[in-house]
Amino acid sequence: MKEQDGSFRPRVLVTKIGLDGHDRGSRIVAAACRDAGMEVIYTPPWQTIAAVVKLALEEDVDVVGISSLATDHLIVPKLMQALRDAGLGNMRVVVGGIVPDNEEKVLLESGVRQVFHPGGTMDEVTTRIRAYAHEARAAGEHSEPGAQP
Amino acid sequence: MNKPSEAPLLAEVASARRALWEREYRETMGAERPTANVSGIPIRPLYDAGDWAGHGQADAPGYPGQPDYTRGIYATMHRGRTWTQRQLIGLGTPDDYNARLLEIMARGATAVSLIPCNSVYRGYDMDSVEPELLGTCGVVVDNADHMDRCLEGVDLARISCALNDPSPFTLLAFMLVAAERRGIDWSAVTGTSNQSDYLSHFVANHMFYRLSLPGARRVLLDHIAFCNERVPRWNPMSVVGQHMQQAGATPAEAMAFTLSSAVQYAEECIGRGMDPDQFLPRFTFFFDISLSFFEEIAKFRAGRRIWAHLARERLGAKDPRAWRFKFHAQTSGVDLTRQQPLNNIARVTAQAIAGIFGGLQSLHTDAYDEAFQVPGEAAARIAVATQNILREEAHLTDVIDPLGGSFYVESLTDAMEEKILAIMKNVDDAGGMYQAVESGLVQRMIGASALRFQQRVDSGEQTVVGVNAYRADDDAAARPSVERPDPARMQRHLADFAAWKAARSPAAVAAALDALTRAAEDARGNVFAAVVDGARAGLSNEEICSRLRRDLGFGQPLAFV
Repeated sequence: MKEQDGSFRPRVLVTKIGLDGHDRGSRIVAAACRDAGMEVIYTPPWQTIAAVVKLALEEDVDVVGISSLATDHLIVPKLMQALRDAGLGNMRVVVGGIVPDNEEKVLLESGVRQVFHPGGTMDEVTTRIRAYAHEARAAGEHSEPGAQP
Repeated sequence: MNKPSEAPLLAEVASARRALWEREYRETMGAERPTANVSGIPIRPLYDAGDWAGHGQADAPGYPGQPDYTRGIYATMHRGRTWTQRQLIGLGTPDDYNARLLEIMARGATAVSLIPCNSVYRGYDMDSVEPELLGTCGVVVDNADHMDRCLEGVDLARISCALNDPSPFTLLAFMLVAAERRGIDWSAVTGTSNQSDYLSHFVANHMFYRLSLPGARRVLLDHIAFCNERVPRWNPMSVVGQHMQQAGATPAEAMAFTLSSAVQYAEECIGRGMDPDQFLPRFTFFFDISLSFFEEIAKFRAGRRIWAHLARERLGAKDPRAWRFKFHAQTSGVDLTRQQPLNNIARVTAQAIAGIFGGLQSLHTDAYDEAFQVPGEAAARIAVATQNILREEAHLTDVIDPLGGSFYVESLTDAMEEKILAIMKNVDDAGGMYQAVESGLVQRMIGASALRFQQRVDSGEQTVVGVNAYRADDDAAARPSVERPDPARMQRHLADFAAWKAARSPAAVAAALDALTRAAEDARGNVFAAVVDGARAGLSNEEICSRLRRDLGFGQPLAFV
């Protein structure tokens, strides 16, 4: 899906699942992605896994960004499974927030593309997200030839 | 002593010296980027008598324990009684929590704090949420039995309990039922309802969503009225700036929004016929202490002064106890870094000193590992030791308000006061804090400030050691592996809860829920009294919360990017 001028416009869902509402991080990342020229779908906190899968499907996003400040990342492996079950295995999922090293390993094994820790610049974060969006599109075009308009 | 005739000459000399200094400074420094603090107040390279409006006035800056309390709310301040060391705890099951509580009390803690699981905050019982999340950020307390178990071995007639308990205050209801079962009169029960400030939850979101704004407003007033009458030693109102500053508000914004919220709550209490001299002394405040050292000190000094005027002049309180700005403060977690985490001990130390010099009544120092996990035991001990070292080794408490009279601190206190009052004026113009939150004005201002701060860090204008400067190889060894609650014990807690639910009489549960609805529908009923009755009758946290959500409306989050 190319813009008319030929530039690539990633579609990114920025959201929070689970029980916590600390949303400073997700709001800043959403604003940074928007300012970097991406199409951002932003939700308030406390989304269910099912709601995120539905939104990701309907909005046809390239990257799902999950912000976790208070252990909600512990259910991200369930989200990964739910995305695969919905046929969205090509989407790239990134997690940002407070994630201990030993649990980061579990997330990466479940298919999460990258965990962003506190201290990264917004420029680094948006550059990575753009790259993952490219990956997701390439994977989608590869596995489903002709599926994209 | 100089003779009067020499005074004009001396002033001329001082003025010439100042000009000399200024010339030398400018020549040496060359062109300089203007400096401002986080709240946007320009900071000059030097302050002298001319920068402090009160300088030379006989009553400036006043005395501690005397209005307007710039130098502290008590005559003795930290010389008399230092501050309460209230470290937050909460984890796992009630058994886990009780073991940890008794252990820290054996080591000298004199007050209880209870942080419930996020499921409790959100108004859900443990059988309604993802089991992976249970007890990871607080203790799972869903009924009066659980609370009784949490506080086993704690004398509720003597020990002050701070409950992180948002509207509709189910945790306090559970605790009052536990006290009743132990034969303890409610008039002896003491402590604080932390998180009763629903406006701050709507602003900063966090984990507290339960009731609609009008519903939360109603229940808060019922709760304050109930406590004033039935639990007179309880502090039902804690007005919170901490959430907003952690969410990105500048120190001046956080103080302004908090004071505006306090005015909103107090005026509503007065509107219900309550006497400010009775309820205002039970108002407390809770703030963040960021790393902007002098700005934080000035924030607290200015806030104390503004509150003294507001309480007396705007709210009409006559009792000096109502004018005193009592506050708990917590060092800022947002300032901590995951990189080189031991550096956080230095950050927390600087933040704590700012809070102490700011005249706090109660302090929580963050553990150095909070940037990457819920604090571990070893890190939490260092946080407590930091307070002991500052107090007893560094002698920070030997002198009351030691920065009082500093040209810079007094000038900055005045400038912060002016800034805070200007923001409060904006809130008043928007119809008060309730409407400013309902319309999203406050959220937008905070969002813009958060973005501005992030841009300062990203551009390097604001240094963060180990993050955008002085980077070193990442030392993963400094970050211990995190332990979560024992799944087997949590499973047992779940099974016990299911059995407890099944053993209740469905008719009694239905009757208790109907009583809640009747209280909610009767404008003269007291919803919190009905919550206590429901807790006694065996209702769970979720049952109470979901019935009140149905009857009083569910709070939908406002989200702005």
